[in-house]
Amino acid sequence: MSRPEELAPPEVFYNDSESFKYTSSTRVQHIQAKMTLRALELLNLEKDQPHFLLDLGCGSGLSGEILSEEGYNWIGMDISPSMLATGLDRDVEGDLFLSDLGNGVPFRAGTFDAAISISAIQWLCNADTANVDPKKRLLTFFNTLYSSLRRGGKFVAQFYPMNDKQTESILGAAKVAGFGGGLIIDDPESKRHKKYYLVLTAGSSERSVNLAGATMDAPETQKRMNKKALKKFESKKDFIARKKETMKRRGKKVALDSKFTARKRRPRF
Amino acid sequence: MKFITTNFVKCAIKGCQSSTEAFPLKYEDCQLAQEEQEYNPEFIAHMLERLNWPAIIQVAKDLGNESLPPTKPESLDPIMEDDQAVLRDLHTLLLETQIVEGRMICRNCEHVYHIKNSIPNFLLPPHLC
Repeated sequence: MSRPEELAPPEVFYNDSESFKYTSSTRVQHIQAKMTLRALELLNLEKDQPHFLLDLGCGSGLSGEILSEEGYNWIGMDISPSMLATGLDRDVEGDLFLSDLGNGVPFRAGTFDAAISISAIQWLCNADTANVDPKKRLLTFFNTLYSSLRRGGKFVAQFYPMNDKQTESILGAAKVAGFGGGLIIDDPESKRHKKYYLVLTAGSSERSVNLAGATMDAPETQKRMNKKALKKFESKKDFIARKKETMKRRGKKVALDSKFTARKRRPRF
Repeated sequence: MKFITTNFVKCAIKGCQSSTEAFPLKYEDCQLAQEEQEYNPEFIAHMLERLNWPAIIQVAKDLGNESLPPTKPESLDPIMEDDQAVLRDLHTLLLETQIVEGRMICRNCEHVYHIKNSIPNFLLPPHLC
């Protein structure tokens, strides 16, 4: 599958025809709806209370429609005018903003209860013109987003990272901005259906994110073995190398290392 | 753009980030429209505590409405009958009033943001990013 991020900047790629194609495709609609619902599930907002949400990279409001259906008020931001125009034609409920996420989120502190973003933030990892630094843009984005969220506000973002490096840089920028949280991978075994969700919290919250069904995949801590235990596991070759090294250090005459060092002698010898 | 949004949006330029002048923006030559929205008293009561009332008064003045009370209506209960009139008025003001066309100007750096088709344009020229 080709990646649109590699073809053109978002405001160029999503022109009128591409926006129309994207929005009217039932397959895209279905996937977007599914991911939005999953993001809301991860957000774990109180059911019977009203909330004010921010939709980052809202596009034509496919995700916003779901938010309206669920009874949330929202503001959407996107960089592509064509996408927003399509959104206007579809009469979405939320307010739309034409804005570049990399330049920050222009809202005052504590505005939103939560934020979501569906298939958008991978665009921030690309440098579309010569004088931009994706790292800086990511940082500006997360910093301003952090301040625009209420304390304890949550942010769930589904995104398509190109490689591990992108995931790392996004997670790193979020951490620097002060967010706590991590990455949730849905369907990790399936290459096609694998979905990445960034789940972040600004400050601490009484109601944590909904992690039902998620398994932890923390890196295994390497046990440090003492010298004695290490000796037990070493091979014959390692043993000879180690002994030669000690002898050399003591100034003894030691045979030079070669490919035959520590090889077993064949019976015909 | 709904009226309630004007109470949250501020200048996007980095230099204005820490300035107190960057919020609220100044509104000029605005065309307003009234669009019916579903009445949700819980949402208004929920948002009330985070509204900045002086900013609301200032923006309303920019838009030509000077009849707002000088103090914020406090502790409204969405269930109480007595509070319904105030909540209705707030609903009409905050959610049903939309700015369709106009200009927003930052009081600190005097950058102009245009609103077209009720979508504000917050794209910045490269030298201000």
